[in-house]
Amino acid sequence: MNHEHWLDNPRNVRRLWRGFLVVLALTVAAGFFVDLHPHFAIEDWHGFYAAYGFLACLAMIVVAKGLGLLLKRRDTYYDPESEDE
Amino acid sequence: MNEAGLLPSFLMHPALVLLAGGVLLPLLHGRARDTVVLTAPLLALTVLWLLPEGRLLQWAWLDYTLAPLVVDKLSRLFATIFLLMAFAGGLFALKQPSRLEVPAAFLYAASAVGVTLAGDLITVFLFWEFMAVGSTLVLWSAGSAGAWAASRRYLAVHLAGGVLLFAGIAGHVAATGDVAFSAMELDSYAHWLILAGFLINAGAPPFSAWLPDAYPEASWSGTVFLSAFTTKTAVYVLLRGFPGTEILIWIGIFMIFYGIVYALLENDMRRILAYSIVNQVGFMIVGIGIGTEMALNGAAAHAFTHILYKALLLMSAGAVLAATQRRKCSDLGGLFHSMPITTICGTIGALAISSFPLTSGFISKSMVTQAALDGHLQIIWLFLAAASAGVFLHAGIKFPWFVFFQKDSGLRPPDPTGSMRWAMYLLAFLCIALGIWPEPLYAILPYTVDYVPYTAAHVITQLQLLLFSGLAFFVMLDYLKRTPTITLDFDWLYRVAGPGAWRVLARSWGQVRAGRDQAMATVIHQASAWLARHRRPDGLLLRSWPTGSMALWVMIMLMAYLLFYYLD
Repeated sequence: MNHEHWLDNPRNVRRLWRGFLVVLALTVAAGFFVDLHPHFAIEDWHGFYAAYGFLACLAMIVVAKGLGLLLKRRDTYYDPESEDE
Repeated sequence: MNEAGLLPSFLMHPALVLLAGGVLLPLLHGRARDTVVLTAPLLALTVLWLLPEGRLLQWAWLDYTLAPLVVDKLSRLFATIFLLMAFAGGLFALKQPSRLEVPAAFLYAASAVGVTLAGDLITVFLFWEFMAVGSTLVLWSAGSAGAWAASRRYLAVHLAGGVLLFAGIAGHVAATGDVAFSAMELDSYAHWLILAGFLINAGAPPFSAWLPDAYPEASWSGTVFLSAFTTKTAVYVLLRGFPGTEILIWIGIFMIFYGIVYALLENDMRRILAYSIVNQVGFMIVGIGIGTEMALNGAAAHAFTHILYKALLLMSAGAVLAATQRRKCSDLGGLFHSMPITTICGTIGALAISSFPLTSGFISKSMVTQAALDGHLQIIWLFLAAASAGVFLHAGIKFPWFVFFQKDSGLRPPDPTGSMRWAMYLLAFLCIALGIWPEPLYAILPYTVDYVPYTAAHVITQLQLLLFSGLAFFVMLDYLKRTPTITLDFDWLYRVAGPGAWRVLARSWGQVRAGRDQAMATVIHQASAWLARHRRPDGLLLRSWPTGSMALWVMIMLMAYLLFYYLD
C-alpha cells in the first residue's frame, strides 16, 4: 500500500488513537500520585477534571445543536441584501 | 507645563512615530516601503521603552488639562503588544497588493497605542474614534462587496458606541470637572454610558455580532490586524477604568459561552476564530470583574498572549485563504499534505489558545482561573473550567481539524513563502517561548506576580481537562460535521428585522398617505367642481344676463332700500 503521507495510512491513525487513549489513562492515573491541591470539595474526586472536561463538552455540543435548530440558516441567507448595496 | 520640552517630547510619542511611518508608506515603493513597514513599529517600540514612567506631556485646553502621554506599567504593556503586533502584521502583509491596507493598519495601531498612553478621557475619546476610522479603512481595502457592506454595519456600531462614550465622558466631566482617566465606580449614568461605550468595542452582548460579521470580510492579511487592536484596547480601558466591577464577571462569562456555542455551529474558518476572539476577551473581562491583583495581572497577561496566538491562527487561516480562495470548512480539509508549515504553525496557535502547558495561553489564562480559586468563587471557577474545555473544543481542535485534516478535499495548495512564512515563524516562536519562559512577561505586568504556573497539580489537571475535551470532540464528531450554514445573531436585528420593520412601516405609511391623498383628491375635486359650476361661462356668476332683468333687480333693491328707510 502506497500512501501520500504517513497519516493517510489507517494503521497509523489507529496507532495514534491507541497512543491518545494511553495518554488519557496516564493523566487520570497521575492524579493518584500527585497532590492536586484541591480548593473545593468537588476537586477531591479522582479524575474530576477529566470527567468534567468531557461532560462539559458534551453539554456544550448539545446546547449548540439545540440553538442551531432555531437559528441556523443557509449561508446565502443575507445575500439578497448585498444586491441593493 | 514645560513649554521648552514640548516639542521634543511631543515627537517622542510612540503613536506619532508609527503614524509617521503610515503617512510615509503611500509615497514609497518596493524595498523602501518594506523597510518603513518593518522599521516604523520597531522604532516606536524603542521610543516607548526609552520613555520613563510618569505624565510626560501636559497641555492646557479650555479648562482642562490634557495628558496625551502617560506611561505606567499597564499602559506600557499594552502599547508594547500593539506595536509588536503592528510589526508582525506588517511583516505578514508585505506582499498584500492593496496599498491602502498597511497604512490604514498603522493608523489603527497607532490610535490603539494612543488610547493606552492617554491620561485623560478626551484624548482617549479622540484616539478611540481614529481607531474606528483606521479599522474601517482596513476593511475597505479588501475591496469586495461583502467587505463594503460589512464595513458600513461595522462603522455604524462603532460610531454609536462612540456616541455613548462621548455622552458618558461629557456627563463625567460636567459632574466632576476632571478629565483625568482613572478608575470609576458605577455610581452615575455617565459612568454607565462610559462602560457601555467600552463594552461595545469589547464585543460584549448584545453588540457582539459586529465582530464575527466584519472581521472575516477583510483581506487575508487584514483580519490579522483587526483581531488585535479594537477588543484589546477595550480590555485595556476596562482594566484602567472599571477594575473589580462585579457585573463584568457575568458579562465575561456570557461572552465566553456565546463564543464557544456560535463557533461550534460555524462553517467559515475565520468566523470560527472571530467568535473565539469574543470567547477569549470574555476570560479577560471575567478577570477584570474579579478585580484582585492576580486577576488583573491575569487579564493583562492574557490580552498579551492572546494577541500573539490569535494573530498566528488568523495568519494560518489567511495563508489558506490566499492559496485556495476558500474560507468554508466544508470546502477545505487535507491541507496538511501540501501545507505542512502552515499546519504546524496553526496547530501551535490552536494549542496556545487552548492553554496547553508549554504554550503562552497556559501561563496567562491560568492566572485568571487561579484568581477565581483564591477568591473561593466556586460557581465562577466551574464556569471557567468548563470554558477552558470548550476553547479546546471550538478553536483548539475544530479549527485545525476541519481546515488541515478531516476528509481530504483534494486541494494541494503550497505553503506561503517569504514574509508570510517568517511572520508565522515569529509568532509561533513567541507562543512557545512565552509558554516555556514566562518570566519576561510576568516582569512587565502591572502588579508583582506571585504565581508559579508549572506545578505538577496545574499541569495534570489542565491536561485531564483538555485531553478529555479532545476525546469528546472525536466521540461527537458526527454531530459537529460542517454544513453550509450560518447562525443568526444579534445582527439579525439590524440586518433583517430593522429594515423589515422599516419596510412594513414605510408600506403602511404609504397606504395611509394614499388614503389621505384619495380623500384630499375627492374634496379638492368637489370644491373645484363647485367653483366651476358657478364660474363657467354659463355658471351662476359668469352667465350673461339680459339688461332688462338687471334693471328689474336694481329696481327691486332700490324699492327694498326705500321700504327699510321708512320702516326705520
